[in-house]
Amino acid sequence: MLLELKDITKSFSGVDGDVEVLRGVSLELDAGQTLALTGESGSGKSTILHISAGLEVPDGGSLHLEGIEINGLGEAERANLRRSEIGIVFQQFNLIPSLTVEANIGFQAALAGRRDKIFESELVEVLGLTDQLKKYPESLSGGQQQRVAIARALAVRPKLLLADEPTGNLDESTSSAVLTAMLDLVGRTGAALMVVTHSAALADKMDRRVRLKGGVLL
Amino acid sequence: MTNTILRALLSYWWRSPLQLFTFLMGLALATGLWSGVQAINSEARASYDAAAATLGEGQFDQLVPRAGDRIPQSVYINLRRAAWLVSPVLDVTYKGVRFVGIDPLTTPTQMSFSSDAGFSLEDTDLIFGNAKVASVLEGFVDVIIDKSIPPGIAIADIGVVQRLFKRSDLSRLMILPEQPIRRPDLVEIAPELVVQPSQQIADVAALTDSFHLNLTAFGFLSFAVGLFIVHSTIGLAFEQRRGMIRTLRSLGVPLSNLLSLIIVEMGLLVLVGAILGIVMGYTIAAMLLPDVAATVEGLYGARVSGTLSLRPEWWLSGIGLAFLGAGMALAVRIWQIMQMPLLSAVQPRAWAIASAKRIRGIAILGMILLGFSGLLALIGTGLGQAFALIGFLLIGSALVLPWLTIKLLDFAPGKGVVTSWFWADTRQQMPGLSLALIALLLAVSANIGVSTMVSSFRVTFVSFLDQRLAPELFVRVDEEKTASALEKYLLERDIEVLPLLTVERPVVGQPAKLYGVRVGRTYRESWQFLGADPDVWDQVARGEAVIVNEQLARRNNLWVADEVDIAPGLNLPIAAVVGDYGNPQGQVVMGELLFRKLYPNAVATSFGIRTTDTANLRKAIQADLEVPDSGIINQASIKNMSLEVFERTFAVTAALNILTLGVAGFAMLMSLLTLAGMRTPQLAPVWALGLTRTRLGVLELARALGLSLIVFICAIPLGLALAWALLNFVNVEAFGWQLPMFFFPADYAFLGGLAVLATLIAAAWPAIQMVRKPPAALLKVFSSER
Repeated sequence: MLLELKDITKSFSGVDGDVEVLRGVSLELDAGQTLALTGESGSGKSTILHISAGLEVPDGGSLHLEGIEINGLGEAERANLRRSEIGIVFQQFNLIPSLTVEANIGFQAALAGRRDKIFESELVEVLGLTDQLKKYPESLSGGQQQRVAIARALAVRPKLLLADEPTGNLDESTSSAVLTAMLDLVGRTGAALMVVTHSAALADKMDRRVRLKGGVLL
Repeated sequence: MTNTILRALLSYWWRSPLQLFTFLMGLALATGLWSGVQAINSEARASYDAAAATLGEGQFDQLVPRAGDRIPQSVYINLRRAAWLVSPVLDVTYKGVRFVGIDPLTTPTQMSFSSDAGFSLEDTDLIFGNAKVASVLEGFVDVIIDKSIPPGIAIADIGVVQRLFKRSDLSRLMILPEQPIRRPDLVEIAPELVVQPSQQIADVAALTDSFHLNLTAFGFLSFAVGLFIVHSTIGLAFEQRRGMIRTLRSLGVPLSNLLSLIIVEMGLLVLVGAILGIVMGYTIAAMLLPDVAATVEGLYGARVSGTLSLRPEWWLSGIGLAFLGAGMALAVRIWQIMQMPLLSAVQPRAWAIASAKRIRGIAILGMILLGFSGLLALIGTGLGQAFALIGFLLIGSALVLPWLTIKLLDFAPGKGVVTSWFWADTRQQMPGLSLALIALLLAVSANIGVSTMVSSFRVTFVSFLDQRLAPELFVRVDEEKTASALEKYLLERDIEVLPLLTVERPVVGQPAKLYGVRVGRTYRESWQFLGADPDVWDQVARGEAVIVNEQLARRNNLWVADEVDIAPGLNLPIAAVVGDYGNPQGQVVMGELLFRKLYPNAVATSFGIRTTDTANLRKAIQADLEVPDSGIINQASIKNMSLEVFERTFAVTAALNILTLGVAGFAMLMSLLTLAGMRTPQLAPVWALGLTRTRLGVLELARALGLSLIVFICAIPLGLALAWALLNFVNVEAFGWQLPMFFFPADYAFLGGLAVLATLIAAAWPAIQMVRKPPAALLKVFSSER
């Protein structure tokens, strides 16, 4: 078992008091497995993803990554784990605007101290970014930026890849191309993939599909 | 990991060269003006210290003549024989160089030195001085150059100086600290001498403290304006990097590592900016130092070296202050990052759009500071309070300005759609522009304040010169015999002659000059008083009262009708207080008859002469009495010379004024450029709705013009309040005199024109950028892929 979430609860304070976003969610993901997390807006999909990445701390329940209890780790230890074992693809790409495409792709791997330039070149080629390496993110289209974000997340060879609406900002054909490339690369690296999506087409391509409603898994 | 994070952080500056430039220049300007002023101050203080250490002035008690300025050598020999341990000194001034003759074997000072070349005073008949003195005396005597000798001074064995100037007497005798237990009283051995305690000898360092404090205040003002720029740039940089910081943390950079590296990154940048500032400060100081030297010599008679040394005390203080100032701005941002949730939304919020509530809160704080300033104006005394008053006044006004400007914009004219948008947009930009407007307000009001002070001083000083320099000719002779012959010669020709009798003696425990004047038409008609009895000159002529200068009156709180001691056991009432704008020392003026009675040994060697035919009288005096041409000076020459000294005195102030205005102009330029880069999303919709880029550019210029006019209008009352505080508090403490305040509307209008011009130049660049912005850049705002 790579990732195990058990009875996870999480609330956020809002204008009308606390809002319970997750109400005892349990979920498992094996190495190399792909999972689509679907549900309506506000159902808690992104919160599960953030908790799995150690970006948020749940109010209750337990969370294990390769047997390690993440909830018990401090901020710095969670950051270390994220840096070396988890790749994240954000909906808004979150590239570093002042670094070139090339530097962005190698950034997390460099942070983790395991940069592999041959593998990066492979990613660049598969994702069709060869001509964009010296450019800055601002001069790329949305689809190109998303591909850079995927390359950055995979370049560190993570055990777990988390993607939040990775094709949400893309048109249909770009979306399909990006998704195909991502799944191909995930398969080659052996990473597990959890994708948050509204897209039924994307969800259909995953090994498993779970739906979230009102803070519980259906 | 460290290198990767640091490279990412620094890449922001690489991709934002304008902000990097603003940051470094802001720091460099802040540090530059501050350290420039500190460099000048430390150079001056080093010169005073060198003079005090070398010449022993202010360190040892001295014996000086009761009257006149010469001591016969026999008196010295008698004192030594009577076991008085004293060391002789002969002071002679030639070509502006003060020759100090000492006895190397007995002197208590640090003058028994060896020069760089290995020469020493005991060795031979050598004269020592610095390079400048050597060049002045070239062709007259050979000078061994020694850097440690204070500026303007040539030191030699007393015998050498006596031979050089054909003198056989002495000027003063330094009393050695160690004296035998039993020795006869001074009155038994040398009744014509008097002991002058060391603390009564004018200490130039203390006298000039106020002047240097004034410079420091100017440096600090510029530093504050520069820090506004730095604070603003750091704020903008952090707002723009919120996204990057979030990404770094989500990619696994621990917060503690990130904060440490941000501190390292900022530290590196601050160091670069501070070093640039030190270079700038050195350049400024090197340019201003000759004028400062002229000022302190003109005002206080103190000599300052004209060359600048790289002293650690000023460049370290500059770097330290740069780190402190930037650190304060950085601490706020670090705290914000620590509070920022890892997943907080990255909104391009905060920097340019602060809430109206915040501006109102800041304005309330400003009003409280203005209240403190008013309170200090009512109850404060002393230089510290005067500067606190000015500080509260300037900072308080600066904090109120953004709120006041928004309020004034509510009254802006115009009803059209574009006009309404224009004013609303201007109001919305106020938070982003407020720092630049504050910098402009401080610079313009400082200019108005200081120029009002200087111009008021000039008007008063010219009138003072007219009073004091009424005689058309001034003659100085060297010998008593020539002096009496000259007086007799002029009286025989029925020419009014005004002998200038003077002695130095402590009055109310402080060094002062006593003058004996021949009361007549000239004094009665020319002199104006700050306060006087109706028959002041009659009382003075009868020897029943004296006149004192303002410095003495203020220092000792002695005014008309109070009594002052003018000789052992003789106190006389003060009949008038006279303004005296040329020296820091106390002065007492009494009638000639009384003076001659009290100080019979004093001889007048300077005379003022009233004549309508200066050219012929000058020739006649030269021919008949063999007075050298250099001993006769026309009134016009002295006036010109005095005005020249005056102008040089304030050359430093004028230069600092211009530099401060330059810093404010730079702050304005940088703020407008920074805002221009962020305003595309606001301008693009207006452009899309039909306003051309040219019109938008013109509106940007109009906005800058309107805002600078508002700032200028606010700066006038603030500048005048500053002038009032300078004239009524700072000047009184710094120079010892109070000046009347005059107004100079034409000067203010010119300054207003300059401020508006500076703003328009600053606004022109972003306006041109707007006009030239490609439509694609504006369209990008509407792109869903953005």
